[in-house]
Amino acid sequence: MSTTDTPATGFAVDRSALHHLADAQVNVELDTGDMILNLGPQHPATHGTLRIVVRLDGERVVTADPIIGYMHRGYEKLTEFRTYPQVTTLINRIDWLSSFANEVPFMDAAERLMSIEAPPRAKYIRTILTELSRIATFLLFLGEMAAQVGALTPVFYGFRDREYVLNLIEAATGGRFHPNFNRIGGLKDDLPWGWIAECRSTMKVVLNACDDFEDLVLGNEIFEARTRGIGIIPDHVGPSYGVSGSNLRASGVDWDLRRDGPPYLAYPDLDFKVWTHPDGDSYSRYWVRLQETREAARMVLQCLDGIPSGPVMAKVPRIIKVPEGEIWVETENPLGQMGYYVISKGGTGPFRVKIRSASFSNVSILPWLLRGVYVPDVITILASLYFILGDIDR
Amino acid sequence: MADEPTTDPADDAQPTPNPKHEWMLGQLRDALDADLLESAVAFDDLVVRVAPGSWRHAAEVARDRLECDYLCFISAIDWQPAPREGDDAGGDTSAPVQPTEMTFGAAGSAGRFQVFAHVQSTGGHHGLTLKTDVGDEPSAVASWVPVYPGADWHERECWEMFGVVFDDHPALRHLYLPNEFEGHPLRKDFPLLARVVKPWPGLVDVEAMPGGDAPEPAAVPAGDEDAS
Amino acid sequence: MATIPTLALNIGWGTTLAIKTIVVLTVIPLGAIVLGYVFLMKMMSHMQSRLGPMDPGGFHGWYQLVGDGLKFLQKEDIMPAESDRRVFAAAPAVVVMSTFLVFLVIPMGPDLVVKNLDVGVFYALAVSSLSVIGVLMAGWASANKFALLGALRAAAQLIAYELPLLLAVVGVVIQAGTMSLQGIVLSQQRGSVFGWGGLGEPFVLTQFIGFALFLVASQAELTQTPFDMPVAESELVAGYMVEYTGFRFLFFFIGEFGTAFAFSAIAATLFLGGWAIPGVHGDLANILGPVVLFAKLMIVAFLMFWVRFTYPRLREDQLQALAWKFLIPLGLANILLTGIFKVAL
Repeated sequence: MSTTDTPATGFAVDRSALHHLADAQVNVELDTGDMILNLGPQHPATHGTLRIVVRLDGERVVTADPIIGYMHRGYEKLTEFRTYPQVTTLINRIDWLSSFANEVPFMDAAERLMSIEAPPRAKYIRTILTELSRIATFLLFLGEMAAQVGALTPVFYGFRDREYVLNLIEAATGGRFHPNFNRIGGLKDDLPWGWIAECRSTMKVVLNACDDFEDLVLGNEIFEARTRGIGIIPDHVGPSYGVSGSNLRASGVDWDLRRDGPPYLAYPDLDFKVWTHPDGDSYSRYWVRLQETREAARMVLQCLDGIPSGPVMAKVPRIIKVPEGEIWVETENPLGQMGYYVISKGGTGPFRVKIRSASFSNVSILPWLLRGVYVPDVITILASLYFILGDIDR
Repeated sequence: MADEPTTDPADDAQPTPNPKHEWMLGQLRDALDADLLESAVAFDDLVVRVAPGSWRHAAEVARDRLECDYLCFISAIDWQPAPREGDDAGGDTSAPVQPTEMTFGAAGSAGRFQVFAHVQSTGGHHGLTLKTDVGDEPSAVASWVPVYPGADWHERECWEMFGVVFDDHPALRHLYLPNEFEGHPLRKDFPLLARVVKPWPGLVDVEAMPGGDAPEPAAVPAGDEDAS
Repeated sequence: MATIPTLALNIGWGTTLAIKTIVVLTVIPLGAIVLGYVFLMKMMSHMQSRLGPMDPGGFHGWYQLVGDGLKFLQKEDIMPAESDRRVFAAAPAVVVMSTFLVFLVIPMGPDLVVKNLDVGVFYALAVSSLSVIGVLMAGWASANKFALLGALRAAAQLIAYELPLLLAVVGVVIQAGTMSLQGIVLSQQRGSVFGWGGLGEPFVLTQFIGFALFLVASQAELTQTPFDMPVAESELVAGYMVEYTGFRFLFFFIGEFGTAFAFSAIAATLFLGGWAIPGVHGDLANILGPVVLFAKLMIVAFLMFWVRFTYPRLREDQLQALAWKFLIPLGLANILLTGIFKVAL
């Protein structure tokens, strides 16, 4: 299927543009039969501005080089010039699909450095909202991975059911995407009247949607043919690249920070199952996220049953000054393990914040993972790894 | 079951010794000897500072003897305080006041720059933070890529942002920034360009909220027909 | 039943030719628009729990595609700087031309056929495969690697799926005893099922394997999901068509849906009985024929588009494996069985 002509002669390749790659792997001298293809930065399959320079031999990938940074906003530099409450607005936008979950580890870090604790009700509500963001982002994933593989319809079902969850988040916090609801010491407000009942009925909708996705997508023979055995991450390779979250659990590694890490939020009180799958291919990554969506809905129902009454905000001084110290906090975010290493020198703002985002490490495995796969499989693998550009680029 | 109040996080002076930390420290001392410069516990996290010459050896010890198969991140810290021109006089209340002296954090430091990394064990559910000093220039340090392949991108970012060179790295090139970019942005002496380009305007006059002063009708543009 | 005055008009050769030309030139785009609107816009939307166009034209947005067509016509004609201009311009014309040519042999009534070729089936299949050339021309002339990838995939796929298409039709030809499409329709009209002539003998009853094969193969010929690798939206973003805008893209669009229209018409003719209803002959058939054919082809098109919106797409090698290792042996087996039954019964 590959042409014997060098494509470079057929199309006037702009060699000066190629020099910008400054790439050790992808050389400017094109071998005969190999073609360099740019997937992105504007491409429907790359979930945003990710650019992958692949070298193809026919339809097989020889080397792949992801080029990131199109969305780099310099968060780590910005946090050095912001007060702690201002940082919250920034980090909301790292993983914008589950933005509530990004704030949780940073709030935890600031609160522990200040030796204050959010009241139990605040912890429960934070847990509920985190799990709701997880459901929201996973419903989008379940529809959108099917779309990448070619099925056009599940996307709409995913978005439709996600609307209910976003409406819930908006009712409680005022914002669908960037709630900005966390405060150091608790939350901005309590839940509105009737929210808990509405949440219960929405969780039923979510569980039904998961059943639909299981029948419609997971049960489809063509979907299975496209995803089984594609993009296998062995369980000894994944951790060495820093792959975390559902991607790692789909390789059989039984590690979930909600259960295994230092206790945070209301997770010690909840009874939930950590789903793993032995295969490590794209199918298993889809399967694990589907199960985790169901599990998240069940966790929300448990929280709603056990939510304590009380204040939602601890007593904090008006100007937040965090004492000197260093702390590492990590949480199980929908995309994987997210963590903040906060170094404080006693001021109103942090001295250094290292933001460990999950997608950065998940995407770093692509050069290793994409060798030798077909071009359509590249799309499947990208879809199954599920990264958010804001999370990679910060 | 709320967080146990018995281990007060602020009480670093007398923490309950964590057996995992003891075991990890023991293994590290055993393997590194005098290269293990300092250790501390910061809020349930073991922080260990090693000599720069044994940076890669420490990684191998962590991977092989401490069972830490998971690379969390590698980054750097610039301990020098940011320059403070103008933030007092200009009345810039948007940014926090920067510290004046160079103080160091957990496990100390020998100079301005430090490279630090966090590794964890997926099976044993423990982890530790490793730090090493790279001095004031900063000087080069060994790369972790032969030990953890995922270190590739983290080290590229570290070089790009701080200027720390990693020996034996396959291709130390820009990750986020364009190839022509000069400078290392996360260093403290690299200014936050947003504020240099456009200084903080301070508090500006804003329109009163509805219910306060009524807005003037003249402010609404006339002839606002809806075109269907 | 009142006698209907005969439509035996004395019209000259020139007028006939003019009428036939106008009919062919209008039916294909009209058919494309109708199919596109009903299935692509409305049926797909409802299956995806949304409404589709509602405003243009007032009633459920029926005017949408007409408006889209006019919009395309007034767009700027952009050609990539590196492209091969003449080939680039000719490619859509080749694709559309093959659609028009197919329509020449499709009968819509006992007398309503542009040209009743004795080798109608052979001609239709031969001419429909001309579009492969147009696709290759488009992909190469676009000076775009994505377009080239799409065109190469398309060429491999279209050639591979010609064979199951052919084998499915051979079964029908054996059963009808003629390759002329009009003859196939008439043989279905006159036939009987177990002695009962009420339904005629639509070949779908005996050639159900052939019907399934034909549907699958025509799905692939139209590069529709699950066989839309050449046009994989999430990968190649319209594949070989990616550099085309304006009226050239309109030609591709008409070609795609016009071919869907034509293939549905062929499937309806070969397997469902075409324009014929048993017991309706003569001039009544000339009036009702097009309506009946339209209804039957809408059923076939419904099936094709339903599958299009439901399934993910097969990868190129899986697609080829399906054609060569499964569909072709199945087609051969079908011919074998048909031959045995035709001779034995």
